[in-house]
Amino acid sequence: MNAHQRSRDVRAGRLDADAYKDLFSDLHPPLDDHEAHVEADRCYFCYDAPCMTACPTSIDIPMFIREISTGNPLGAAKTIFDQNIFGGMCARVCPTETLCEEVCVRETAEGKPVKIGQLQRYATDTAMAEDKQFYTRAASTGKKVAVVGAGPAGLACAHRLAMKGHDVDVYEARPKAGGLNEYGIASYKAPGGFAQKEVDYITAIGGIDMHYGKALGADITLSKLAEDYDAVFLGMGLAGVNALGDADADAEGSLDAVGWIGDLRQASDISTIAVGARVVVIGGGMTAVDAAVQAKGLGADEVTIAYRGPKERMKASEYEQEIAKVRGVSIRYHMNPKRMIVTDGAVTGMEFERDGSTVVVECDQVMKAIGQSFAPDSAGNIALDGGRIAVDEEGKTSMAKVWAGGDCVNAGDDLTVTAVSQGRDAAESIHRALSA
Amino acid sequence: MADLSTNFVGIKSPNPFWLASAPPTDKQYNVERAFEAGWGGVVWKTLGEAGPPVVNVNGPRYGAIWGADRRLLGLNNIELITDRDLEINLEEIKATKKNWPDRAVVVSLMVPCEEEPWKKILGRVAETGADGVELNFGCPHGMSERGMGSAVGQVPEYIQMVAEWCKQHTDMPVIVKLTPNITDIRKPAEAAKRGGADAVSLINTINSITSVDLDNFAPEPTIDGKGSHGGYCGPAVKPIALSMVSEIARNPETAGIPISGIGGVTTWRDAAEFIALGCGTVQVCTAAMTYGFKVVQEMIAGLENYMDEKGYASIEDFRGRAVPNVTDWQYLNLNYVTKAKIDQDKCIKCGRCHIACEDTSHQAITNMVDGVRHFEVIEEECVGCNLCVNVCPVEDCINMEQIAGVDPRTKKPIDPDYANWTTHPNNPAVWAKEAAE
Ligand SMILES: Cc1cc2nc3c(=O)[nH]c(=O)nc-3n(C[C@H](O)[C@H](O)[C@H](O)COP(=O)(O)OP(=O)(O)OC[C@H]3O[C@@H](n4cnc5c(N)ncnc54)[C@H](O)[C@@H]3O)c2cc1C
Ligand SMILES: Cc1cc2nc3c(=O)[nH]c(=O)nc-3n(C[C@H](O)[C@H](O)[C@H](O)COP(=O)(O)O)c2cc1C
Ligand code: SF4
Ligand code: SF4
Ligand code: SF4
Repeated sequence: MNAHQRSRDVRAGRLDADAYKDLFSDLHPPLDDHEAHVEADRCYFCYDAPCMTACPTSIDIPMFIREISTGNPLGAAKTIFDQNIFGGMCARVCPTETLCEEVCVRETAEGKPVKIGQLQRYATDTAMAEDKQFYTRAASTGKKVAVVGAGPAGLACAHRLAMKGHDVDVYEARPKAGGLNEYGIASYKAPGGFAQKEVDYITAIGGIDMHYGKALGADITLSKLAEDYDAVFLGMGLAGVNALGDADADAEGSLDAVGWIGDLRQASDISTIAVGARVVVIGGGMTAVDAAVQAKGLGADEVTIAYRGPKERMKASEYEQEIAKVRGVSIRYHMNPKRMIVTDGAVTGMEFERDGSTVVVECDQVMKAIGQSFAPDSAGNIALDGGRIAVDEEGKTSMAKVWAGGDCVNAGDDLTVTAVSQGRDAAESIHRALSA
Repeated sequence: MADLSTNFVGIKSPNPFWLASAPPTDKQYNVERAFEAGWGGVVWKTLGEAGPPVVNVNGPRYGAIWGADRRLLGLNNIELITDRDLEINLEEIKATKKNWPDRAVVVSLMVPCEEEPWKKILGRVAETGADGVELNFGCPHGMSERGMGSAVGQVPEYIQMVAEWCKQHTDMPVIVKLTPNITDIRKPAEAAKRGGADAVSLINTINSITSVDLDNFAPEPTIDGKGSHGGYCGPAVKPIALSMVSEIARNPETAGIPISGIGGVTTWRDAAEFIALGCGTVQVCTAAMTYGFKVVQEMIAGLENYMDEKGYASIEDFRGRAVPNVTDWQYLNLNYVTKAKIDQDKCIKCGRCHIACEDTSHQAITNMVDGVRHFEVIEEECVGCNLCVNVCPVEDCINMEQIAGVDPRTKKPIDPDYANWTTHPNNPAVWAKEAAE
């Protein structure tokens, strides 16, 4: 059949209500007490544990697992939160298969790592379910810090600053906090409004004032913040999306994957999200996988991830690729995007070059997931490196009194957990500077 | 194919695996199921005097400790002897023995410490056709407060006296079951021998409190807010039992007395170890109570396999072989020098050997070599203590290897000849002797 003759099929409500529930429920159901104890017993309490070294926030993993096994899940939660206040979200979204669990000695021993992520979730869920707060604010220092962006980097920074007794104002462009936890992370990884619950749990420490709808570069300026505050932390993430270039077209059904996921995440009823019968996702990272899996989940018949490189180079881990395949997504490699096929102003296919020949994949939607970029305009003339804010190892930028962390800086790997660690460490650096 | 059959003081059984006197042997129903599963014999749950039977608590009677994955390692109980009517027990013993003539049926007994009750009960047991009796001098709770069980077992004179009565009043073989709740296990064993007992069996359970309920502040198992010490058994007690068995086996006063080994036997290997220390049969309780009677099939198959591999045709071929190798510390060879050696292919880099040696021993294992996580023994520091072997989660990953030549730790040549503490220059006794000469 010719792409031109087929009528586009993009609809909401492809499935009956129960099917939505199944597809967007927890990827891994939480461990119950018994499962958690059996799993915790597998940990060897390693010395200088490789898992801990691999964790960007250096959570004392052997210790928290031991606390679970001795019937002290709240102690375990505190051990986690001491290092990573987003321990709950990280337990859900960290690619553990390439971090802590990859290097777990039981992976070496028998190819089955201790389920560190799931145990972390068990502990943090226990504490959050009881609304057990472990931290209080130190006596007020009278210092004021502005944090830009209420994503994991910004809030981790704000929380640590609040602990130290500083007053924090958070400026967030969007109407809600959480950053990509709220707008980006796949819905099956953190269902049940978890992102907002976690924001509430974290900000409950007090001393953190949220200012929504305030965008740096539009509503506020960096120079003014630097003037009004004792220190500024920038955690704006990546507001831009990479373009497909010549292969792109401004057509109906040509979508930015992150934006589409954001709409999905914000929908009060996901059955209202329109999805094509055939969807092509261009990209090779987590965003591509998440968009594809969720498109499939919404009832698309055929979903293809088209990645331009070989399997090994794909940024989504093998495990993530496996999830996609199990959920019926086909992944095709070496697909170099050439041209979007547009009929009557709407997408009907995508043309690729593959090993010298042309491949056309008919589709109703093309989701572009080829990476996000830092939108430099917002931060004035701060020094950049590789298109992102240049920072030193403490998170200091080229501007006095200004620190930065998370996706917007040049030092990360675009993971939630890395954003948290950079936010936390910048707070410690700010605290040192303010107490000097 | 190895022959597992045993003849223990004239009591024959197709294999050395007997069920110890305990709940698994309290009824004909259980015992017949055990025989169907393959058990070679049973010691029937301890019978008391005629008349109203003892009563057990109606709350929990067991406590436990667990290892990883809640594997039961130690069990504790506050149960008494049989709480069923004597006549019913005797009838069932008789019927069971009749149905299973090739299996050993020994009857455990505990009556007040007077000649008449012992005489009476022995007569009744003889009528059942049972193969022998075991005198329960071991029960650490409930019965001892009534002047029975370990209250007798802790006084060697009483053991001797009761054994004598029993030998006088029955032709059946008499086995004396010993309590471990005593300082020197050789004393009651010697008393049993003096009293004419045909054999001893050990160990009975060890006084224990497995845990304390931290909400109610009472020992567990807790009955209406109170608890009392119980008897401890299961895998955790095996080392204690092996040691006590070896003491009796190598004590000149008791050497050669037939021993039925009890305490923590869970696998064929445990059984083989008791046999190597001289036991003619082994008795099992906790393993059966944990996994059911079928475990005996693993024990039988495993023991057969071991014996076939070693070329032992019968139990007697290796029984007691380890006894001559149990010695006193002072006779151990101080010129036997070993060093730990890590098999790098097996090492999973958990670091436990390092931290154990670093924090609590001799700082003899690296954790980093040239900036890389690497665990290796520093022979100059290693005293050969074996701690790392014991904490390593991977079997056979660390081994102790004997070295010769110069010990890198002491920088001194290793004397290839045997020498022990009795002649060591640091031994004050040696100075005293030299001074006297
Ligand atoms: C689709 C998708 C799926 C992902 N899945 C995973 C995953 O499974 N696991 C994982 O570890 N990581 C995942 N990531 C990456 C992860 O979400 C990010 O690394 C992480 O959120 C970065 O945190 P951040 O705080 O730096 O930025 P963000 O989370 O992006 O937060 C930045 C915040 O700043 C606000 N902001 C932006 N510009 C301005 C401005 N000018 N003024 C004021 N506020 C502003 C934004 O609205 C936002 O709230 C995923 C990313 C995407 C896009
Ligand atoms: C619940 C229970 C009841 C027991 N009752 C008796 C008993 O009546 N008479 C006796 O001689 N030993 C009794 N014992 C001790 C066992 O016979 C055996 O000596 C002890 O459990 C050690 O063996 P094990 O480690 O295989 O369990 C009992 C043990 C348990 C667990
Ligand atoms: S590496 Fe694995 S076994 Fe070792 S401490 Fe970490 S989780 Fe436990
Ligand atoms: S044998 Fe003892 S001293 Fe030697 S390396 Fe092992 S733990 Fe250390
Ligand atoms: S304890 Fe064993 S596995 Fe662990 S590092 Fe040492 S040798 Fe390797």
